[in-house]
Amino acid sequence: MGKTVLMQGNEAVVEGAIAAGMRFYAGYPITPSTEIAEQSAVRLPQVGGKFIQMEDEISSMAATIGASAAGVKAMTASSGPGFSLKQENLGYACITEIPCVVVDVQRSGPSTGLPTSPSQADVMQAKWGTHGDHPVIALSPSSVRETYDLIIRAFNLSEKYRTPVIFLMDEIVGHLREGIEIPDPKDIEIINRPVKKFAKQNGLPYHVEEGEWVPTMLPFGKGQRYHITGLAHSESGFPTNDNATAGKLVRRLIDKVEKNLDDIVTYEEVMCEDADVAVVCFGGTARAAQSAIEQAREKGIKAGMFRPITVWPFPGKQLEALSKKVKRIVVAEHNDGQMLLEVQRVVKNNCKVDFVGKIDGSVLTPPVILSKIEEE
Amino acid sequence: MASELIDKYMRPEHLPHIWCPGCGNGIIMRDVAQAIENLGLDHDKVVIVSGIGCSSRAAGYMDFNTIHTTHGRAIAFATGIKLANPELNVIVLAGDGDISAIGGNHLIHAARRNIGITVVVFNNNIYGMTGGQYSPTTPRGEKGTTAPYGNIDRSFDIAGLAYGAGASFAARGSVYHVQQTISYIQQGISHKGFSIIDVADICPTYYGRKNKKGSAVDMMKYQRDNAVMQDKAVTMTAEELKGKVVIGVLAQVNYPEFTKEYQKIIDRLGREAEERERS
Amino acid sequence: MSEAKKTTTKKAAATKATTVKVADANKKTKMEIRLTGSGGQGVILATIILAEAGIEAGKHVAQSQAYGPEARGGSCKAEVIIDEKPIGFTKVEKPTFFMALTQKALNQYAPGLSKSCIVLLDDTLETPECLLSNKVYKAPILESAVKEVGKAMTANIVAVGAINAILNLVSDEELHRAVMSHVPKGTEELNEKALQVGMKLIKK
Repeated sequence: MGKTVLMQGNEAVVEGAIAAGMRFYAGYPITPSTEIAEQSAVRLPQVGGKFIQMEDEISSMAATIGASAAGVKAMTASSGPGFSLKQENLGYACITEIPCVVVDVQRSGPSTGLPTSPSQADVMQAKWGTHGDHPVIALSPSSVRETYDLIIRAFNLSEKYRTPVIFLMDEIVGHLREGIEIPDPKDIEIINRPVKKFAKQNGLPYHVEEGEWVPTMLPFGKGQRYHITGLAHSESGFPTNDNATAGKLVRRLIDKVEKNLDDIVTYEEVMCEDADVAVVCFGGTARAAQSAIEQAREKGIKAGMFRPITVWPFPGKQLEALSKKVKRIVVAEHNDGQMLLEVQRVVKNNCKVDFVGKIDGSVLTPPVILSKIEEE
Repeated sequence: MASELIDKYMRPEHLPHIWCPGCGNGIIMRDVAQAIENLGLDHDKVVIVSGIGCSSRAAGYMDFNTIHTTHGRAIAFATGIKLANPELNVIVLAGDGDISAIGGNHLIHAARRNIGITVVVFNNNIYGMTGGQYSPTTPRGEKGTTAPYGNIDRSFDIAGLAYGAGASFAARGSVYHVQQTISYIQQGISHKGFSIIDVADICPTYYGRKNKKGSAVDMMKYQRDNAVMQDKAVTMTAEELKGKVVIGVLAQVNYPEFTKEYQKIIDRLGREAEERERS
Repeated sequence: MSEAKKTTTKKAAATKATTVKVADANKKTKMEIRLTGSGGQGVILATIILAEAGIEAGKHVAQSQAYGPEARGGSCKAEVIIDEKPIGFTKVEKPTFFMALTQKALNQYAPGLSKSCIVLLDDTLETPECLLSNKVYKAPILESAVKEVGKAMTANIVAVGAINAILNLVSDEELHRAVMSHVPKGTEELNEKALQVGMKLIKK
C-alpha cells in the first residue's frame, strides 16, 4: 500500500482499469460519467493506450468490442440514455464472447430525467437490457476504494469468462471523493483471457475444451484466421440455423456464469450475526444504510446490512440463508423496487420484506432508512 | 484466375454463398480479393469487417480475420480494431442501407477523423435481406415494397457524402467495370487515410423485378451503356447525368491519418516522461 | 476455492478498507462542512482542498457536490465530511460548519442550519432572520481576494484559510500542502498569499 490520495469514484474507475490492463477506451460525453472519459483521455496515452471519443454510445460500444477483438483490454462508460444505446452491442459482446467492461454511472430517468441526480434504476436494465437470453455479470461498488478494486475484478471476470461485465455505479459513488491507498501493482491479481492458437488455420475458435466453460481466444492479426459473428454459430465460429447447435451455444453462455456462482458472487454482510432486521442495499445506498444500522443499534434494534457486490448474478443462496435467520428485511434502493423483486423471489415467505426507495433524484438518507427499520 | 483466387482467399467449405442468382455481390467480393492479391498484403494482417445485410455475409466467405457485426456498426467496430492495432489492414464491406441509413453517422465521423480504413459499398439501391424495401440510394420515383407508389425520398450519393464529410479517398465503381473497380479498391487500401469505394451493384431479384429492370444481364448491360467517367461527369449537367452510372476517382487528398496522429501523442508523452525522469 | 472462503476473503477485504486508521471512535470529531456560493467561485475546489488537507492530517474524508446547471452560474453547493473514523453516509446531513459567499445561496440554505452550526459569511451579505446559528463570522472574503491578493478568483483560497483558522481542522503546513497540490502551476505564489490573507481574516 502506498500513500493515501484523494480520488473521485469516476477517477478510481480509470486508475483501477489501467492497473487491470485497460489500454483502450471509447466513449461519448454524458453526465454523470464524463469524468471517466476525461480521465481516460489524459491517462491512456501516458501508458501507451488509446482513447477515442466516438460519435455516440452505440459506436463507443462497438469500438470497444473491436479493440478487444484486436487483443487489447477495452472499456466504455456511460449513464442513463447512453447506457440504453449500449444495449445493442452489449448483446453482440455476449454472443461473440468478446471481453469488455461497460461502466454505467446510473442517473435519474426515464429518458433525460434528472441528469445530475443519483439513481439506481438500471438494475433490471443491466440484466435484461439487451434482447435475448444472455449471461450477465454486474458489479456495484459502494466506496471509492472499492471502486478501484472492483473495476479490476470486472476486467478479470470479463477476461476469465469472456463476457461483457457491467460496472453498475451510481452518482453517489461516481462523484464522491475519498482518500484511497493505491495498492502496489505486484499485489494486484490480473487475469487475462485464455489465449491459444487453434490446432489449424480456420480451426474451431469457439471450441470449448473438456472441463472448461469458455473457448480460448486469439486476437486478430496474430497469424490465425477465423470468423466472428453475432449470428448463432457452431464451434467453427460460422453461422448455423441448427436449433440444437444454437440452443447449446446459448445454454453454455448462460451456464458459464450461472454454474460458476461460487467463483463470481461476492457480497458483504455487516452486523448480520445477531440481526433481527437486515437492510438489503447496494452501491452508494450502502453508505446511508451503514449509518442507519449503526443508529438503530444505538437505539437497541439489532440491525444489519446485506450488500450484494455482484448485483448480477445475485447472491440468492446467501440471502436466502440470512432470510431464515432474521425477522424482517428492508430493501433500500434509489428506484421504485427493482432489486426488491429479486429479494422477494429469493426470500419467499421466510421473513417479511419491506421496501424504502427514492425516485425523485434526491438521496436516500440514514433517517429515512432508520424509520423504515423502526417500523413494525 | 478465379479458381486460384478462390482457393487462396475464400473459404470454399462455406461456399456456395447465400446470394441469389444474378446478384452482383460475388463480383465485388472477388474484386476485393483481387485487389488484396495485387497488393500482396499479408494474409494474416487483413481484417474484414461487415455489418448486416446480404453483402455483409461476404465476411464469412473470405479467408481472413473476419468479423460480422451489428447492423450499421461495422465502421465503428473497424475503428476500434484499427486504433487498437494500426498495423492491420481493415476493410469494411457494407450495403447501402447498412452504411448510409442506420450506419450513416458512423460513416461521416470515420470520414471526418480520416482513420485509415477502407470501406467497400455494395450499393444495390435496395434492402435485399429483408425483401426489397427502398433504401437511401433508391432513386426518386423507383419502387420498393415500402415504396409501393414510388419513392419520394431523394437518394444519397454515398461517395460524395463521405468525401464531403472528410474522406480523403473516394471512388465509384460498378459490377460491370471489374478492372476499374479492382484498381479503385487497390488505391483505396494503399491510401493513407479513410477511403471509400462505392460500387454500383445489381439486385435483379428485388430491385430489378420491382422496377422492371430486366434480367441480371440486362442490368449489367445498363451499367455498361450508361457509364460516365468521373472526369467527364464533372462537365455534365444534373439533367444530363440522370440515370448515368458515374465511375472513377472522385477525390484523393492527403490529410493526417487518425491512428498515426494518435501515435504521435503517445510518442510525445513518452519523450516528455523520459525527459522528466532524466532531469 | 470454496464459497465460504471466497466470501470471507471478500468481506475481509472490504472491512479492511474501511477500518484503517480508526484512531478514535469519538463521534464529536465529525465535521460536516457545507460551502455555498455561485458557480465559478470555486467552492467545489475549496471543499476538495479541505478534503486533501484532511487526508494530509490522516483523517477520513468524503467530498461531494451538487452538480448541474448550478455549475453554469446559479447557486452552488459543495460538501466535505472530515472524521477520525470511517464515514458511512457521505452527504452532509446536519452541517457543523456552513459558508455562504452569495446572498442567494445564504437565503437558500440558511433555513436548514442548527444553532450549533458555525457560520462564515462574506461581509457583504445580510444575515437572514431564519439563521439560528449562535456563532456567525463575517469576513471580507471577496473584497480581500480583489484588494489584498489582487485576483477575485482567489476568493476560494482566502475562504479555505479562513475556514481552517476558525475550525483548526489541520495544521498550517498540512493546509499549505493541500492548497499547493490543487492549484495550477505558476499560481503558487498568488495562492499562498490568498491563504495567508484568509487565515488573518479570522482573529484568534
